[in-house]
Amino acid sequence: MQIYLPIAELSVNAFLILGLGGVVGMLSGMFGVGGGFLITPLLFFIGIPPAVAVATGVNQVVASSVSGVLAHLKRKTVDLRMGMVLLAGGLVGSVIGVWAFNRLSAMGQIDLVVELSYVLFLGVIGALMLRESLAAMRRARQPNAPRRRLHQHLWVHKLPLKMKFRASGLYISVIPPVLVGLAVGVMAAIMGVGGGFLMVPAMIYLLGMPTKVVVGTSLFQIIFVAAFTTVMHATANQSVDLILAFYLMLGGVIGAQLGTRLGLRLKAEQLRILLSFLVLAVAAKIGYDLLATPAELFDVRVEGRW
Amino acid sequence: MVIRLLALLAAFVALALPLRAEEVLAGLSQNRVALTASFDGSEILVFGAIRREAPIDEDHGALNVIVTIEGPSAPVTVWRKARRAGIWVNTDHVRIRLAPSFYAVATSAPFDEAILPEADERYRVSVPRAIRALGAALEETPIFTEALIRIRERSGLYQLLEGAVEIERDTLFRTTITLPSNLTEGRYVTRILLTRGGEVIDRYETGIDVRKAGLERMLYQMAHRQPVLYGILAVLLATMLGWGASVAFRRF
Repeated sequence: MQIYLPIAELSVNAFLILGLGGVVGMLSGMFGVGGGFLITPLLFFIGIPPAVAVATGVNQVVASSVSGVLAHLKRKTVDLRMGMVLLAGGLVGSVIGVWAFNRLSAMGQIDLVVELSYVLFLGVIGALMLRESLAAMRRARQPNAPRRRLHQHLWVHKLPLKMKFRASGLYISVIPPVLVGLAVGVMAAIMGVGGGFLMVPAMIYLLGMPTKVVVGTSLFQIIFVAAFTTVMHATANQSVDLILAFYLMLGGVIGAQLGTRLGLRLKAEQLRILLSFLVLAVAAKIGYDLLATPAELFDVRVEGRW
Repeated sequence: MVIRLLALLAAFVALALPLRAEEVLAGLSQNRVALTASFDGSEILVFGAIRREAPIDEDHGALNVIVTIEGPSAPVTVWRKARRAGIWVNTDHVRIRLAPSFYAVATSAPFDEAILPEADERYRVSVPRAIRALGAALEETPIFTEALIRIRERSGLYQLLEGAVEIERDTLFRTTITLPSNLTEGRYVTRILLTRGGEVIDRYETGIDVRKAGLERMLYQMAHRQPVLYGILAVLLATMLGWGASVAFRRF
């Protein structure tokens, strides 16, 4: 069944989009990731113009984060105060990101920047995930291996403007979380991702937050940053395709619910290795496209269109 | 219905009073294309008749019919990639003042036989003639316009259909032109040129209106006229779907 996308101005197969949303949703349900970092490049691969893919991808992130945060709110594993501080940085980052997106777009370089960011981030994240899950498997085999320290005093604890974050049990400066939020906001606007894969490690290793509040808090912040970025892209570029978003989200939310249930029954370590291979494969494909001599050296841009 | 129309045209041709030596009359299977949710391209049938008051004129070369359909034009930038530090990046570009978003030419004979180069230049019939590059063209501009034509031919936006117009008994003609799914909205000017020995002896012009329709039109207009509201709507839709799914699945 072909559907016509009014903003992208082309027609695609509805089941392909539903399936894409479903598979990525399932992965995000299993691993608690937003899935934006897979949706957006997969949209590039099927020929959606990058501007539309990024703006619609970030819209889809809103749906998957809302779906995920509800469970965390119920379990009270969201540090609302920390979420607000991260959000303040995130909103500023989103404005900067959308502005940079438009500047790069006018210079004809947006595709390059988006693709390079994906190769870099997916490559690094995929490699880290692979290393982490291999180490976890090794630990599982050797139960008496040394454990990591739970809490460390880092340089970030020496900065001014300290604030008390009761849910996280922290008394730290607001500067690092604002900066983390800012970086994630820029990424949301340029790459069409929620940025959980950057924020979660930053919260654990940089801010020293306890793991139990990390996922809920990051989802809470992502909802608002992604929502704000969606409105920004819609206003500045008119590039959010609601029809595309609808099919993606429909597949995505159903997939996520199935994934959550499936994830409980499957072995997490092996799955995590599979996910890291998938992430690396997407990075490799984008990287290869940048390195290999393209079949067509020219590219046509219509002014006012994608 | 087309056959009936053709018969009607033929009767009209027989009865009509003489004006010019040979005249062309034509119709389209549809003069409106709606870009709706299920739009997946469209086939336009162009048909018509040649009316004449005198016996068929064989002295001035072969009779041919050329049909062109031209979508709305817009300025276009063509970028060229080059390898920089190992990766392929957009390095230089040429702006083309106006290029049609869609352009199809169907002829009843090989293009060079159907129309002479001078007539082609005057009536802008062939694909390269339909593109208007910048006045002060760079030395390399032709490479860029060729690339534009090549890319758009590949996606079915530019078509040269030699021999696609069928002429029956030197009087009736018909051809089908396929419009792809990635169309731009606007008026698609349809021309039918009648040539003899490569000279244009008559022409007929009509149009096809291509418009988004239904929900697609509503969304597109809202996205452009009330972008903030549209963005908020997108967020609401996402929130509802995300929330709805987790509520709906809680029962299982």
